[in-house]
Amino acid sequence: MTTQDQDPIYKTDALIAEDIDAYLETHQHKTMLRFITCGSVDDGKSTLIGRLLYDSKMIFEDQLATLEADSKKSGTQGEGIDFALLVDGLAAEREQGITIDVAYRFFATEKRKFIVADTPGHEQYTRNMVTGASTADLAVILIDARKGVLTQTKRHSYLVNLLGIRNVVLAVNKMDLVDYSQEVFDRIVAEYTAFAASIGIEHFVPIPISGYMGDNITALSENMPWYSGTALLPHLETVEIDSTKEPKAAPFRMPVQWVNRPNLDFRGFSGLIASGVIQPGDPIRVLPSGKTSKVARIVTYEGDRAMAVAGEAVTLTLEDEIDCSRGQVIVAAQSPLEVADQFESTIIWMDEAEMVPGRAYWLKIGTQMVSATVQQPKYEVNVNTQEQLATKTLDLNAIGVANITTDREIPFAPYAENHDLGGFILIDKMSNQTVAAGMINFALRRAQNIHWQATDITRDNHAAMKNQKPAVIWLTGLSGSGKSTIGNIVEKKLARMNRHTFLLDGDNVRHGLNKDLGFTEADRIENIRRVGEVAKLMTDAGLIVITAFISPFRSEREMVRQMMQPGEFVEVFVDTPLEVAEARDVKGLYAKARSGQLKNFTGIDSPYEAPDAAELRIDTTQMTPEEAAEAIIARLIP
Amino acid sequence: MTSKTLTHLQRLEAESIHILREVAAEAENPVMLYSVGKDSAVMLHLAKKAFYPSPPPFPLMHVDTTWKFQDMYKLRDKAAADAGMELIVYQNPEAREKGINPFDHGSLHTDMWKTEGLKQALDKHGFDAAFGGARRDEEKSRAKERVFSFRTASHRWDPKNQRPELWRLYNARKAKGESMRVFPISNWTELDIWQYIHLEGIEIVPLYMAEERPTVERDGMLLMVDDDRFPLREGETPVMRSIRFRTLGCYPLTGAVESTAKTLPEVIQETLLTTTSERQGRAIDHDQAASMEKKKQEGYF
Repeated sequence: MTTQDQDPIYKTDALIAEDIDAYLETHQHKTMLRFITCGSVDDGKSTLIGRLLYDSKMIFEDQLATLEADSKKSGTQGEGIDFALLVDGLAAEREQGITIDVAYRFFATEKRKFIVADTPGHEQYTRNMVTGASTADLAVILIDARKGVLTQTKRHSYLVNLLGIRNVVLAVNKMDLVDYSQEVFDRIVAEYTAFAASIGIEHFVPIPISGYMGDNITALSENMPWYSGTALLPHLETVEIDSTKEPKAAPFRMPVQWVNRPNLDFRGFSGLIASGVIQPGDPIRVLPSGKTSKVARIVTYEGDRAMAVAGEAVTLTLEDEIDCSRGQVIVAAQSPLEVADQFESTIIWMDEAEMVPGRAYWLKIGTQMVSATVQQPKYEVNVNTQEQLATKTLDLNAIGVANITTDREIPFAPYAENHDLGGFILIDKMSNQTVAAGMINFALRRAQNIHWQATDITRDNHAAMKNQKPAVIWLTGLSGSGKSTIGNIVEKKLARMNRHTFLLDGDNVRHGLNKDLGFTEADRIENIRRVGEVAKLMTDAGLIVITAFISPFRSEREMVRQMMQPGEFVEVFVDTPLEVAEARDVKGLYAKARSGQLKNFTGIDSPYEAPDAAELRIDTTQMTPEEAAEAIIARLIP
Repeated sequence: MTSKTLTHLQRLEAESIHILREVAAEAENPVMLYSVGKDSAVMLHLAKKAFYPSPPPFPLMHVDTTWKFQDMYKLRDKAAADAGMELIVYQNPEAREKGINPFDHGSLHTDMWKTEGLKQALDKHGFDAAFGGARRDEEKSRAKERVFSFRTASHRWDPKNQRPELWRLYNARKAKGESMRVFPISNWTELDIWQYIHLEGIEIVPLYMAEERPTVERDGMLLMVDDDRFPLREGETPVMRSIRFRTLGCYPLTGAVESTAKTLPEVIQETLLTTTSERQGRAIDHDQAASMEKKKQEGYF
């Protein structure tokens, strides 16, 4: 049997020609299934996808003509059609260095529209597969019948399960090359069953197929009479779509995307319903503020609705005028979401630059964007063996578990309960790249039990008593640039003006508060974070704080700026060229760094990121320390 | 409580609306590129739905080549007015001055009017996000295109600098000067578009439906003589044929198909029974292999 004589049952619906209106009517009620295919080209993945496109008549005559010509020229299937050529063509792009996460293919049958996420390549595989799997309802895990369960099969299965895909098809492919042997199939299924259970996959559907020959693709094959299950395509058409992605039975949740305000009389909250159903009159709560109201109307372009369900994009109006803005979540009043600012989460690192524990990243979850820091991972998972390994950071394609702290409380659901409310991305604050994907496992108790203690004497009282405006003068620059010298003069001058000040010096702090920290990137970040917190407490006490720290990274200086009240952070770039600072070498550190005795020395083997927009720049080749101090005070007290 | 299952069109619609709203919420100065074709018509319709009862909170922009079909200009002005949106029409002044046209200048026509015109228009108005109606199923090379596509300050598409898109989370952050192209109907197929137009009663250019129109056959394509700027070659006389178009662009570059499908269901019927892929009717793609990829790098999309 060759592919060409096989008459695909999905070819063309006779109804199209006979009664197009009736056809359109039935096709408007099609559902949609998104799935991911996992496997390498060697497993016949491209051939299978090409076959599905072909059998569901997504291939046009001109494409088929090209395909036939290409098959003869470069195909691997002799005289037959090489279906893989339909979906390949990514190899060349890879050679050009183009990053391909996922390619999406489309086909439809009479019952469903399908979106296939195809993730090419071996390198970058984790990142790509996680991206493709994040939107998939189902995963087809391909196995070459001749090879059985391989390391990569285990890796694919682990990732599929990690991303919460509950519908798994184990497609044992190339059955034609093992004489359609039931014994081979049974042995592979038994082996996979044991493995699947070990990683938490409770249920999967094994199907013996041949993508190349078309066996058990659209209909049961005569070549495998021993197989009594369903063929692949009919299974995909009828499988019940797991609803953890948009659970309707769960309580109502809708992240607010956009506040709809066409005029003073209308104030609506637009969003995509993440779970549950909603009707006018339902009591709701807005999180994290906790304010309550009732739904007045469900507004859509077609008119008001009596009900809306998970997966629909709607606009709600409320009975009361309560504060609600983008990033907040409207939930069923009687079953609110948890709100927290510390989480244990699973993180998949996706950037060339490794994760920096302690650094602040943007975290986007639902429609909220908050600042978040990731702590040192508890462990990294070896995706091939699923072993837990100790690690200090996460590299590209690494998966690990770590605690995350956000700068404010956010409403969330564990990822296992709801993907929209528990899945997040991390964004680098400088490059704006998406550097990681993450899934919240649970909130940490610590956050729930520590509340802010309200004090009667406020920071304003403290400042008023001292008759001054608190501030942080943050001196940043290379070692030996003159930060401490200038800071010292500034403090003396301010003292003479009866200002209450405190000078935090880099070297001094490292003798006490930060003596447990070294000079690695992570330790330097923690050093700055602690100094920032101390400076913040001092400004709360009403002081003018002067700090002298190299603070080489922009992100950390930005982190400290965010800790302070607006306008209180004055970044002063003490700009001294490296040659000049090195020539001064007051403490003899440059000489040590040059000779290799000192590692991670800023300017030598560790970078200094100069400020883009400091409040003040002091060029020490043009100004004396005295003049510099005057300039800083002029900026502070105009 | 009912267990309502959403249809594929309802899901696609919700996804597109979600994307449109994300951009409106996060971009500083978005714009919707409007080409007057059927995909643009669907995208505009989705925008009306996404922000109702507000009008879409961004203008429509047509990067004009002056060589579109007359029927397209008529619908363009009407559609913008119906949606209550500002319509910006941009024509590259340099192309206008040099009289660039598809008959004499070949691919330079597209480069100057469309590629350069688009960059100029975006710069002129300082738009940081531009919606486009491209679909992933249009061509093999688009299957991997992201929904949010980032451009450098000089509008170049840097393939190594694109971001992974997970769940429904789109990262719209960018540095000053950078911009993004956003494709809200990425996951729609040609058939989805037709079905949706039919279901929602969306107004489209009548050229998509068959009618007797003056045509000439040239280089294997059936071209419509839309106005008297069409230079007839020796031996060519316009012949009335019942034709329609599967895609619309500049009329001298857009091939028609012979057809008798006068109603939308008939068009869909033909589309379903047809045996050639959609983009075949566009001369621009035949220029060179992998032309899409090259045009994208140059900023065509």
